[in-house]
Amino acid sequence: MTQAQEFESATKDADQNVAQFEERRSPLARLQHLLHGNPALVPLIVLIGLIAFFGIFAGDRFFSAYTLTLVMQQVAVVGILAAAQTLVVLTAGIDLAIGVIMVFSFVIMGNLVLTDGSPGDFAMPAVLALLAGFVVAAFWGFVNGNLVARLKLPPFIVTLGTWNIIMAICLIYSENATMREADLTAQTQLLHVFGQNFRVGPAVVTYGVVAMIALYIALWFMLNHTAFGRHIYAVGDDPDAAELAGISTSKVLIGVYTLAGVIAGLAAWVSIGRNGSISPSTVVTDFNLQAITATVIGGISLFGGRGSILGVLFGTLIVGIMSMGLNMMNADPQWKVLLTGVLIIAAVAVDQWIRKVSA
Amino acid sequence: MEPILTARGLVKRYGKVTALDNCDFELMPGEILAVIGDNGAGKSTLIKAISGAVIPDEGEIRLEGKPIQFRTPIEARNAGIETVYQTLAMSPALSIADNMFMGREVRKPGIMGSVFRQLDRPKMQAFAREKLNELGLMTIQNINQAVETLSGGQRQGVAVARAAAFGSKVVILDEPTAALGVKESRRVLELIRDVKNRGIPIILISHNMPHVFEIADRIHIHRLGRRLCVIKPSDYSMSDAVAFMTGAKVPEGVAEVA
Repeated sequence: MTQAQEFESATKDADQNVAQFEERRSPLARLQHLLHGNPALVPLIVLIGLIAFFGIFAGDRFFSAYTLTLVMQQVAVVGILAAAQTLVVLTAGIDLAIGVIMVFSFVIMGNLVLTDGSPGDFAMPAVLALLAGFVVAAFWGFVNGNLVARLKLPPFIVTLGTWNIIMAICLIYSENATMREADLTAQTQLLHVFGQNFRVGPAVVTYGVVAMIALYIALWFMLNHTAFGRHIYAVGDDPDAAELAGISTSKVLIGVYTLAGVIAGLAAWVSIGRNGSISPSTVVTDFNLQAITATVIGGISLFGGRGSILGVLFGTLIVGIMSMGLNMMNADPQWKVLLTGVLIIAAVAVDQWIRKVSA
Repeated sequence: MEPILTARGLVKRYGKVTALDNCDFELMPGEILAVIGDNGAGKSTLIKAISGAVIPDEGEIRLEGKPIQFRTPIEARNAGIETVYQTLAMSPALSIADNMFMGREVRKPGIMGSVFRQLDRPKMQAFAREKLNELGLMTIQNINQAVETLSGGQRQGVAVARAAAFGSKVVILDEPTAALGVKESRRVLELIRDVKNRGIPIILISHNMPHVFEIADRIHIHRLGRRLCVIKPSDYSMSDAVAFMTGAKVPEGVAEVA
C-alpha cells in the first residue's frame, strides 16, 4: 500500500472492492451480456423462429430438404456479396459499389471468352478471363480503399461515386449486350462450374452454395484467428487507438476494400453459374443494398468493430427464408419487402441496445 | 550512475510556435520521474518526441548512451519504450488479451502459424493472465471479456499492465489518474509503484500535485518549452513547484530567460 493522503482516509470505510463485478444481474442485463458476447445469436434466433413459423404455417412442402437447399441456392450470390460488405462495415465503412463491381467483373469474364468474329478480337482461355475478372474487381476495391484510407474521404461518398462510375463504364464497355448461355458454354464450361450441383438425398446442393459456405468459414477463421482479422475489428472500433497501438490503419483499410473486391469477383463467377447468361443491364440491380440488408440483419454494427460474420450468413438466410415462405403462403410479395424493412430497423435497435452494455 | 534516457537541445517548431526550445531531459534507471508544467509548456511535445510520435527538428536523444531517432511510435516500442496514452489506446469491443497483444500478436508454431497465420490464443491468454496477476489485477476474472465492460480503473490497469509487460526499458504514463476516482487513483498509484519495483523506470506526466509529490523520485519542471529545473519532492513544497512552473517564483540558481 502506498502512503495514502489525508483526505483519502475517508474512503477506508467504503467498499474496498475496487475491481469487483456485480454478481447479481437482472435477467434482461444477463441477456444483454450474452448477446454482447455472442453477436450472432440474435439473427440465429430469428432464423430458427422463421423456419419454425413457416414450417407450421406453410406446410410440409416448406419444411423439406429440397426447399431449404433451394433457398441456399437463391441466396448464394447475395450471401457472398454480404460477406464482402461485412468486412467493409466492420471497419465502420460501407461499400455501395460492391454490386456493380460484381456485375462489371462477370461482364469481363464473359466478354473475354467470347469473340464477335472481328479481327483483333479473339477468345481468351477461360482461366485467363476469370483471372481478368478477379483482377478488375480487386482493382476497383483497391481504388475505393485508397480513396478512403489515403485521401480520408468518407466511405459512403467514395463508393457512391465509384458505384456510378463503374456502372457507366460497365454499360459503355459492354454496349449493354447480353451474352447468351449457349454461346458461353460453347466456349467453356468453366464459367458455369458453380451452377452445377450434386444431390444428397432430396437436397440439391450447387457448387455455388458450397463456395459460399467455404467463404464464410474462411472469413470466420481470418476474422477471429489471424492478426489481420483482429486489426479489422480494432480499426472499426477506434481507429485512433488502433493507430497508437501500432496498427497501420490505412494498410488495413486498403486491404479490406481490395479483399471485398476479390470476393465480389467470386460472387461474379458464382452468379454466372446461377443465371446462365450474362447481362450487363443487371448493373442497375440493387445488389449493394441487398448485401447491406443481410449484413445489418446479421448483426454487424454500422458503427464498426462489432458483430460476427456467422451472423451475416444467418441474416442472408433470414431474407431468403422469408421470401420463400411468404411465396409458398401465396402472400403478396410486398410483404417480404415490408418485413425486411422492419427487420433492418429492429436489428439496428438491438445493436444499439447491446452496445450500451456495462459491467 | 548513467542516465538510461537523455535528450539534449531538443527543438520542435510548429509554424511560428516553438513548442520545444533547446530542451534537455534525463531519466535515471529505476526512478519515477514526474514531468509537470503549465498548459502549453511543451511537456506533451517532449513526451511525444521521446515516444516517437513527434520528430524533433533539432537535438539528440540517447537511450542507454546510444543515439536514437524514432520515426514512429512503433520504432520506440520496438526499442523498449512503451507509452500509456491518456486515451489508453485500447479497442473497447475487443478482449483484454486481444488488446494487450494488439499490433504484436503471437502466431502458432508450424504450418498453422506460417501459412494460415493462425494466432496462438492460449499462449497470449496465458501471458496476459500472468502479467495481470503480477500486478495484482486478477480481480479481472475473464481475460476474454471486452475492455468496454471494465471500469475506468480496470482499463487503466490493463493499459499499465500492457506497457509494463512489453516496456523493457522505459514506461511513459500520460495523466494516468486524470479520469479516475479517489479509490481507483490509489490503485493505479500502487500499480505504478509495482512497476517501479520491478526495475523499470517511469516517466509520469500529471497535473495532480499530490500524486506527483507522493510517488515521484524527481520532478522535471517544464516551462516555456524547456526544462526549468529538476527538484526532489522532499526539498520543496507543492506550492513551490506550482510557483516554479507558472513563473511566479524562480528556483535558486536558475536565471529566468523569458
